Amino acid sequence: MTKTALIVDDSVSMRQMVAFTLKQAGFQVIEGGNGKEALDRVKGQKVELVITDLNMPIMDGISLVKELRAKPDFKFTPILLLTTESQDTKKQEGRAAGATGWIVKPFQPDALLKVVAKVVP
Amino acid sequence: MQIDLTPFRQTFLDESVEHVAAMEEGLLSLESRPDDNELLNSIFRAAHSIKGGAGSFGFEDVAHFTHSAENLLDKLRNGEIRAERALVDLLLRATDMIKLLLAAARANEGAPGEMATLLAELDQRLAHGGAALAAPLSAGPIAVAPSAVSSAAERRVTIHFTPSTELFHTGMDPLLVLRDLASLGKIVRAELDAEQIPIFEVLEPESCHLSWTLELATEANDAALRDVFLFVEDGARLELTTANAPDTLAPPAHAASVSPAQHALPAGSAGATPVPSSAPTPAAAKRPAAAAENASIRVGVEKVDQLINLIGELVISQSMVTDVVNHFTPDRLQQLRESVLAMQRNTRDLQERVMAVRMVPIGSIFSRYPRMVRDLSGTFGKSIRLELEGEETELDKGVVEKVGDPLTHLIRNSCDHGIETREKRLAAGKSEEGVIKLSAFTEGGAVYVEISDDGGGLDTERIRRKAVEKGLMRQDDTWSDEQIHQLIFQPAFSTAEKVTDVSGRGVGMDVVKKNVEALGGTVAIHSQRGLGARFRIKLPLTLAILDGLTLSVGRQMYILPLVSIVESFRPRSESLKTVLGRGELMIVRSESLPLLRLHRIFGIDDSVQDPSKALVVVVEGDGRRVALLVDELCGQQQVVIKNLDANFRRVEGVMGATIMGDGRIALILDVPGLIRLAGVANDVALAAAS
Repeated sequence: MTKTALIVDDSVSMRQMVAFTLKQAGFQVIEGGNGKEALDRVKGQKVELVITDLNMPIMDGISLVKELRAKPDFKFTPILLLTTESQDTKKQEGRAAGATGWIVKPFQPDALLKVVAKVVP
Repeated sequence: MQIDLTPFRQTFLDESVEHVAAMEEGLLSLESRPDDNELLNSIFRAAHSIKGGAGSFGFEDVAHFTHSAENLLDKLRNGEIRAERALVDLLLRATDMIKLLLAAARANEGAPGEMATLLAELDQRLAHGGAALAAPLSAGPIAVAPSAVSSAAERRVTIHFTPSTELFHTGMDPLLVLRDLASLGKIVRAELDAEQIPIFEVLEPESCHLSWTLELATEANDAALRDVFLFVEDGARLELTTANAPDTLAPPAHAASVSPAQHALPAGSAGATPVPSSAPTPAAAKRPAAAAENASIRVGVEKVDQLINLIGELVISQSMVTDVVNHFTPDRLQQLRESVLAMQRNTRDLQERVMAVRMVPIGSIFSRYPRMVRDLSGTFGKSIRLELEGEETELDKGVVEKVGDPLTHLIRNSCDHGIETREKRLAAGKSEEGVIKLSAFTEGGAVYVEISDDGGGLDTERIRRKAVEKGLMRQDDTWSDEQIHQLIFQPAFSTAEKVTDVSGRGVGMDVVKKNVEALGGTVAIHSQRGLGARFRIKLPLTLAILDGLTLSVGRQMYILPLVSIVESFRPRSESLKTVLGRGELMIVRSESLPLLRLHRIFGIDDSVQDPSKALVVVVEGDGRRVALLVDELCGQQQVVIKNLDANFRRVEGVMGATIMGDGRIALILDVPGLIRLAGVANDVALAAAS
């Protein structure tokens, strides 16, 4: 069965790259440009993986994680944060909000898939 | 899996241009709102996005440089330093550099030499106010760390793992951890400890009460093993005990609970195995990036959806037509007519929507001017405020790109010659701060862009003196102010008292006019001495399709751009005057206009020769009016402009050609060109005026 991933980033190129990589790995992809958009897009959808950026306009990654975790459908869904090396406190905040793990930018597609394999069966 | 990043690089470069613009705009607003946190955040976010993407897509210079700028912005954001002018200046220069670096990246060139100097400046400024953020990781492709699987001899490690009871709430599955671990070696023994599971009455099904003891035969070192637990270590207990073959890399005490900070390794090296490098990077990745001209247009999803819908409707109406034609009986004629009408409507809608795809807001060009005006007010020691209006006005992408230079010149001009010095303004009873207003609006199928200032206005007397000096007019010519103002568009005309490095070199206004005309537009001046000047640029909405009036001269068909038409009528023979040896004049409501006979210009002999039996169309171009003599007006229609220069050769007075519904070719008339072609006619008008 095809798995669906939700990718949230305000940078189109980043989103494209992550989406492309996941599609290669057999995922179906839903995209969102910020937390709010992502929440709108996943309504009624079953999602097996969420990858989100932290810094985004309108609704940032941390708030998105909190919102998602509050939904019964997303209680146990793996959520990965896209962080940079300078965002350690943010990362901890994200963990506290219920994020599963993180990927440090910049990263290569291979690295992304390795991290994804850690959290998606 | 090897993934070619090339397609995303292009997107990254495109969107970075937007991020840079956002940074610049934000920095400019920062001076008036230094404590606006949301503003600071948005600037920071833009820089952060550029850095993040640049690293991932292998633009190391961009990533490295932007990182320094980002550090400085972070301090601003945290209130460690203040946004005083010098700092904003520095950041603006950094923004310029990012722009250059992105351009260099696009062209596959190296970084400009000044990068190092500016970088040093940024870092120095950083050093002044507390510690910097963490040093940048080496940007660019991160090698998947092969060190994790060291060549150390195989050893046996006993791993005791008690995850946090909250484990499931972070979306983690312990089974995945165990599998990951198994990929690093061979699990010799696995024990599950379920002792801690509480009795059913108090059992929280969403909490994890299990723990594991595993024995793993592996070559991986402790760091690699711990890495497996990277996402589950919060609140967990993890103990590694090596049974044999000491691991030199590991700390002496193998049994220790792990604190998260101890190994915040980048995820890139997590549980790594060497990547098969059999698939080399495709050659495409090394090809020079597409030049900026190939830049893409970003189209909103809803615009694309509308197109899809319309196509759907078009297909339906087409099948209706096909159906009627295939089973045609005379009584179905009405039905056929209706179907064709529906198809026509759909096609027209589709055309409009497709054109709309090329429409971009003019704000993308406007946004470069606040910075320019700011810099120029510094250069001239004047205080000038730029007000923008109508940035959302949409124009064809091609037009937007080409209108930038003329606007730049006009705004510079306003800063230099229009707005007076502080002293002069105060003496004239005006406020110290001059205002330049840049606005755009759509009206009747054309877009108007206006640059108005509250400066001194054009100095008609000085223009007249200069014009006489240059022989452009005679001392005793009695020209209207408007006619005199038009002279500033003459080549090599400049009245600036001193030549500045910004404007007043005597080139420019004529170029402005030429550029605007090349776009099918016009420039008009409205100036009031002492109160200010206004330049109004009129532009067509698009370059590819034109609203035209079809007319005939003899057997030939011509198209006149609708925007240039003032009126048309059948002339009475008494309103036609001939000025000896210089041409004909048409008197239209006591205004004398040069009469251009199209049949003479294009050498057509089967046309109506007697003006009173033909029609006259008054057209306007370059701020001048002329009367065109034609046989008949046939109707209004939209035509697709086919370039004549590329397919045939340049023809004066003709901007292109189009194919009519019946297959005939019609030339599209270029009104300013026609007026130039009949240059002598101007003299006629002037002679008649004096």
